[in-house]
Amino acid sequence: MTVIAKSPAEELFQLTTDQWTKPWWDAAKARRLTAACCGNCRKFRMPPTPFCPHCRSQELEWPTLSGRGTLFSFTIVNRAIIPEMESCLPYVPALVDLEGAPGARLITNIVQTPIDRIAIGAPVEVVFDERRDGVVVPRFKVV
Amino acid sequence: MSIARKTAIVGVGSTPYYKRGRSAPQTLHELVGKAILAAVEDAGLNVEDIDGFASYSGGFDTPYLMETLGIPEVRFSSILTGSGGGSAGAVGLASAAVVSGLADVVVVVGGVQQGEQRFGSVTQSYDSVPENAYWEAAGLIGPGHMFSLLARRHMHRYGTTREHFAEVAISTRTNAMNHPDAIIRKPLTREDYFAAPMIADPLCLFDFCLESDGAIAVIVTSAERAADLRQKPVLVHGCTHGGEAGWGRSLYWMNMPEDQFLTSGHRSVAKDLWRQSGLAPEDMDVAQIYDHFTPMVITQLEDYGFCAPGEGGPFVASGAIRFDGGSIPVNTDGGQLSGGYIWGMSHIREGVAQIRGEAVNQVPDAKYCLVTGGPSSIPMSGLILGV
Repeated sequence: MTVIAKSPAEELFQLTTDQWTKPWWDAAKARRLTAACCGNCRKFRMPPTPFCPHCRSQELEWPTLSGRGTLFSFTIVNRAIIPEMESCLPYVPALVDLEGAPGARLITNIVQTPIDRIAIGAPVEVVFDERRDGVVVPRFKVV
Repeated sequence: MSIARKTAIVGVGSTPYYKRGRSAPQTLHELVGKAILAAVEDAGLNVEDIDGFASYSGGFDTPYLMETLGIPEVRFSSILTGSGGGSAGAVGLASAAVVSGLADVVVVVGGVQQGEQRFGSVTQSYDSVPENAYWEAAGLIGPGHMFSLLARRHMHRYGTTREHFAEVAISTRTNAMNHPDAIIRKPLTREDYFAAPMIADPLCLFDFCLESDGAIAVIVTSAERAADLRQKPVLVHGCTHGGEAGWGRSLYWMNMPEDQFLTSGHRSVAKDLWRQSGLAPEDMDVAQIYDHFTPMVITQLEDYGFCAPGEGGPFVASGAIRFDGGSIPVNTDGGQLSGGYIWGMSHIREGVAQIRGEAVNQVPDAKYCLVTGGPSSIPMSGLILGV
């Protein structure tokens, strides 16, 4: 039987933002994948922080990315360590290097993908997971 | 100016190690107090002699401990930032205080009690803050989920295998089997290991440390004063803490450049420790390596230079970390994987036992022991104890 990677349970997470992270989540709500890009030296960083670690500029831009990426690492969570996890197994926390944003790696999930197709180096593509509370979480499926 | 060889651990005290939640109805401060009283007794000092506190991972309430233990005055009260990475480094805080004259007798204490909040899901208990939203949204509920991401990349890049992780788990269990204080003392076979449930693939049950309760304290004073006390002094040959920006918040960040992602985060700390102490990996007779997860023992062995980067798997598979015949026996008391998880303090306790020559699994004529704090957010830390 093919086992498909699920999304982690919504109860596990409640979004809080600050002025540095809010634009990223707002873009996700508009179905747009972005990453924090320094407005001065053009280097990327994730998560968004108040200063560019390369030039200390506080200017930020939010370019629209292709939505593609490469799977850097992942884990398959098969066992609930708290009750809220029981409904969503297996789920697959993953790290994705984002195309067009060198240096920015997203902590995310692989979803909608058979578990046996998930491998480091796999090309992945964004899917936008909308939650009941309206928050949209960019996740990825293996292409 | 250096702290090397100017201070010594002169006393050790420990509560029993309890399975998670079993230390109730004792309170955590009570466990800590028992450890401190046992440590001063072991040293042949009085609790009133304590004039400094050093801890880590949030630490303890110094005035509450003064109030309940009857400590008249403190001149030094410190906590290393971060979490379990600071366990070994807290000894360095104590040494720095003694060397600089800020205090004379500093107690280093750590303890843990997992009643309502088990550590397996500890990250779920953290306050929601914007910079944590990414890993929270991904369902990284506990440290094991996070470290499994590091482990899988190490396997991919270097060919490290679950057989290597199994060797860490089995060699550590073997050390626990004859240790009276270890929580888990039954044999662990390769078959048992591979039959265990996967909790966060590629990590199974036996790749995870125990969840336990307990407290341990050690007393640090000057090397001169140590010479007149009850126990054989255990010199602090060096102690460092810190880390590089490329490691940073590590588990909670995951944006480490690949060459750092593949490490334990200890690289700069290790380099600094060897420089400070004037010693080298080959001088070590035994090592107590923070073992919250088996793969991170392998990466620490690489970072401290016991083998080259990427060769940690084959290194442990060669039998190198076995008590019986290994070149660098590791976690001779059963570590946190099988002995008890006291947030890194049991490694210091066992390091002292080895240098005193009193360990259950005594490495013959052990002169130097490396002790490390846990790979996590900066700071990581390292400590060399010796004769």
